[in-house]
Amino acid sequence: MMTTHDISGLAKTAATLRARIIETSALTGTPHLGSCLSCIDILTALYFHVLSIDPTNPKAANRDRCILSKGHGAMGLFHVLAERGFYPLSDLESYGQDGGIFAEHPPTPEHLPGIEAATGSLGHGLPLGLGMAMAARIQGYDYKVYAVLGDGECNEGSVWEAAMLASAQRVSSLCVIVDFNKWQATGRSQEVMALDPLVDKWKAFGWNALEVNGHDFDELLGAINQFPHSNGKPTAIIAHTVKGKGASFMEDDNNWHYRIPTPEEVLMAKKELGVLS
Amino acid sequence: MRNAFADEMTKIAKVDPRLVVLSGDIGNKLFDKLKAVDEKRFYNCGIAEANMMGVAAGMALSGLRPFVYTITPFTTTRCFEQIRVDVCYHHAPVVIVGTGSGLSYSELGPTHHSLEDMAIMRTLPGMRVLAPCDATELRHALHEVLKDDSPTYIRIGKKGEADIHASPPDLKLGKVLVIRPGTDVALLCAGNMMADTIKAADLLAGNGISAEVVSFHTVKPLDEDYLKQAATRFKLLVTIEEHSRIGGLGSAVAEWRMAQLRNVAQLSFGTDDVFMHEVGSQAYARKKYGLTADNITTTTLAALRA
Repeated sequence: MMTTHDISGLAKTAATLRARIIETSALTGTPHLGSCLSCIDILTALYFHVLSIDPTNPKAANRDRCILSKGHGAMGLFHVLAERGFYPLSDLESYGQDGGIFAEHPPTPEHLPGIEAATGSLGHGLPLGLGMAMAARIQGYDYKVYAVLGDGECNEGSVWEAAMLASAQRVSSLCVIVDFNKWQATGRSQEVMALDPLVDKWKAFGWNALEVNGHDFDELLGAINQFPHSNGKPTAIIAHTVKGKGASFMEDDNNWHYRIPTPEEVLMAKKELGVLS
Repeated sequence: MRNAFADEMTKIAKVDPRLVVLSGDIGNKLFDKLKAVDEKRFYNCGIAEANMMGVAAGMALSGLRPFVYTITPFTTTRCFEQIRVDVCYHHAPVVIVGTGSGLSYSELGPTHHSLEDMAIMRTLPGMRVLAPCDATELRHALHEVLKDDSPTYIRIGKKGEADIHASPPDLKLGKVLVIRPGTDVALLCAGNMMADTIKAADLLAGNGISAEVVSFHTVKPLDEDYLKQAATRFKLLVTIEEHSRIGGLGSAVAEWRMAQLRNVAQLSFGTDDVFMHEVGSQAYARKKYGLTADNITTTTLAALRA
């Protein structure tokens, strides 16, 4: 079941989600705020415009699968799933509390509707998604599988193992979207592991590879609309993003990988986002 | 055992549409008959075990029953992270099969030995750990593991292991098979040491000792019912495995004894806490580590007479 958000609606939804994520980080002391904000437009585009999913039937056999492989963006995903109707927003009031389910990484699918895989250890989501996509082919389903990866995550060898097998098996129903915010925990992703040229790497591994502005819904949806490609290759969308996007004082400042905003900073961010009530 | 594995996969694939076999670039011809059943049921995932395990978990979470097959170190220690997170954390019904386990590939050196696989697999919540003693037990176990949705690790030999069971055993996971009843001492064997275990029982019989021979084909969950009654019937339990004495069946039984406060004595036969730096056949390596019928016999006799 798709939603009918138009592009202006997506931008508004993303702004609301950003404000909620920043509030949750401040209220619960949850880190990785910059990482959540860089991928929230990607998640918004997928969950509110692309994915064929039904929150009232989260285990439907032919649903599209989306895995947030960069599991440290869970705070963003939790808010997306609440807004999409998988559970009430009020459930997130238990965020970070002992005995609850919402913390820094996604739990297993059995513990929260809408989750397809428990992630947090990097380099797992793409192999899992590849298995799901191959299962669809074996079982005769036509669902699609999306895996959202971080650029730092592309350090992991398992990402490239999966890239090679997906190419060899011509799994065209698999789409990777890399949240390319140019940072990982301790430095620039290009400096830590010589990641560039990232789009060429995916092409060299046998994928259709496109580059887009990961904060521009026209570009994001334009690229996703080219998937699945009739040439049989899996698709990688390299989405250029800004870590901390949406709050000017957080943008491209890697301190926000771990920093928690003050109440004043929450207000500043919400004002910038235009969601201050 | 590996031929029995391929044969049974082919048979099951004909009746169970959920079965898929993933191989880490080995056994290509071994699975030709399976591929003939349905080419979509076999995938050579290349020399990339971390990805293969994640792919298997993804398939299992989508309703399939994948069996992951390659040489034991590469399907266990090489991708332990993926087994822990993708398979066990998700409780995905993946069956991991390690071929050439223990010292089966002794000549290939420690990179191809697997003497710690049961130890690490036992630590994972929800993981079943199986060590069938022959091809017949393996065939039965492959059917049994499909009856529920638990992840399973099965360590098997390579080929040419002795057939232990003359007739089909009534194999139930988590329940031992008594190969030969006895009254003085229990020889508990996990896996491919069974022929030597039976030989040790014969040698003990020649010394007037009646040894019960037991196949602990399931190392986890442990058959506590058997152990409870064995602890009352015997003064000495002897565990035998082609695995490190750290973490395998011997450790599992010792942990059980500790938890139960049982005072039954135990001898543990397994490999020493060392890598084998010299070249040697499986027979040479077993002798080096005291994994022979003669050593099991003399050590057991000494313990019983102490």
